[in-house]
Amino acid sequence: MKSPRTFFLLLFALLIFCFGLAADLQPQFQALENIRHQSDNFFNLLLGDSSRIFANSSFVEADAYYHSGYYPTIFDNNEAFKTPHMAEDTGAVASHNQGEETSFMGPPRDWIDAVGRHFIPNRHTHLDEGGPTDDLSTSSRVREILPWLKLSAKLDPENIKTYVVTAFWLRTKLNKVPEAEQVLRDGLRHNPDDPQLLFELGRIYFENYQNVDRARNIWEAALRSWARQEPGVSQSERLKMTNENFDSRFIFEQLQTNLAQLEEKAGNPDAAIARWEQATLASPTPEALQKHIDKLKQTLAGQTNAPAAASH
Amino acid sequence: MRTVFALAGVVIKELYRRKDFYVLFILTIVICVIMAMVNIFNDNQIIRYIKELCLLLIWISSLVIAITTTARQIPAEREQRTLLPLLAKPLTRTQVIFGKFLGCWLACGLVLICFYAFFGVLAASREHTWPLLNYFQAAFLHWVMLGAVIALTLLGSLVFAAPSSNSTICFVIVVAILTIGRYLDAFALSLAEPLRSVFYAIYFAIPHLEWAFGMRNLIVHDWPLITWNFFCLDILYSLAYTAVFLVAACLVFRRKAVN
Repeated sequence: MKSPRTFFLLLFALLIFCFGLAADLQPQFQALENIRHQSDNFFNLLLGDSSRIFANSSFVEADAYYHSGYYPTIFDNNEAFKTPHMAEDTGAVASHNQGEETSFMGPPRDWIDAVGRHFIPNRHTHLDEGGPTDDLSTSSRVREILPWLKLSAKLDPENIKTYVVTAFWLRTKLNKVPEAEQVLRDGLRHNPDDPQLLFELGRIYFENYQNVDRARNIWEAALRSWARQEPGVSQSERLKMTNENFDSRFIFEQLQTNLAQLEEKAGNPDAAIARWEQATLASPTPEALQKHIDKLKQTLAGQTNAPAAASH
Repeated sequence: MRTVFALAGVVIKELYRRKDFYVLFILTIVICVIMAMVNIFNDNQIIRYIKELCLLLIWISSLVIAITTTARQIPAEREQRTLLPLLAKPLTRTQVIFGKFLGCWLACGLVLICFYAFFGVLAASREHTWPLLNYFQAAFLHWVMLGAVIALTLLGSLVFAAPSSNSTICFVIVVAILTIGRYLDAFALSLAEPLRSVFYAIYFAIPHLEWAFGMRNLIVHDWPLITWNFFCLDILYSLAYTAVFLVAACLVFRRKAVN
């Protein structure tokens, strides 16, 4: 019969083996855990970079819903749908669309095509304008695009447009301002200091919360962030009228225009004029802005002359 | 006609004995209910994505049931050696074909009633409306279109050796028609002769099942009813193709050795 000492030794050896194994495995599990935390997005883990393709499809599907199914396929002329209309209508995304959006199908090619068009959506409508019923009281049906936008944001958290569009429709047509703010803050978590997201967040504070000071701070932060995007490049260079910097010019103009309106509302005409003048640098129609600036200057001159005339 | 209906009754009984329909129906319900439970910005009136998903599942399920049920009808009779005794009775081959077709078609009709009833309840739970005429148009055109698919599969079951190959080929043809059938003429325009003529010929020859499939979008996005003239035209169009496939099936079956 074996002595108890042998068993104790065996037990001790087993304990040492277990400890050694645990010490060996622990760092490996730690590394695995870190990888998991780095990609906590389920879709990214599953699909990798291809999730962006699906995200784009989901974004386009949202636009198809915005048109109640009347949407070009790869076989149709989609020149008028390069920028999704639901994004274009937010005023925060630059449009690259050309051509006629109402007749991308063209005339019927033959009798089969002509008959077939009676069984598919065949008229250009927007959900926020009532959709197929043209009933403006049902504009809140634009909510139907939200599932696709949510999916798109999940698939590609770095796509700024998705957050901007989602937040815009949430706050304007569905009156869900806290949810819109939350969407933008989610976007900012994934894309820190993005000027477009900050611009939209500023709009929430300005238009919905009527918080002028906070809106001004956010938009000014957006402008600083815009300047930081291309550190070595001067502002005049970035605002040159080229196709490459179209989006950059657009967001700069929007920020300056909104800041100018904010200053006008806050009763700071001097600051407003300065902002309008900045906006003219990026605007495709600077003449119209210049007219507004002249008008503001006249009003300002009238205000400064009036007390002087009264004292005489 | 009584014999044809008797044969059709047997096919319907076979459908409710088998588990295909129950599995697909429960799967559709489960998927739709799970999708309906997703919280989207605290808005519980969003429904169109669920409607689209539900209709897509209905279409897939109905095609699976129609094609698989039809594809095994005549081969099963031959395998079980019941075809000869069946024809020994005062029953012509044409009646067998029509009986099988009618049975499969009516069975698909019953399946569609269940599916569309569920769809109506699901949509009404959030929309609080019953656009019954719209649902009727969609379901009826769907059913008539399935008639053409069933007739095609029946013809395939007499031409191809095994039900599996027949089912696969029919699925490929139907899915191709539903997805790219509408654009074949536009595609043909981009090709050089003689391919252009070949694709044009295919475009005009195939049954345009996508007309009924397009109704899905109208239902999902709450479009108004389609004109009744075009509704009737689509029915006649589908019935014409059904008749062509059935006649072809009868002709093939007449010459086919059954032993």
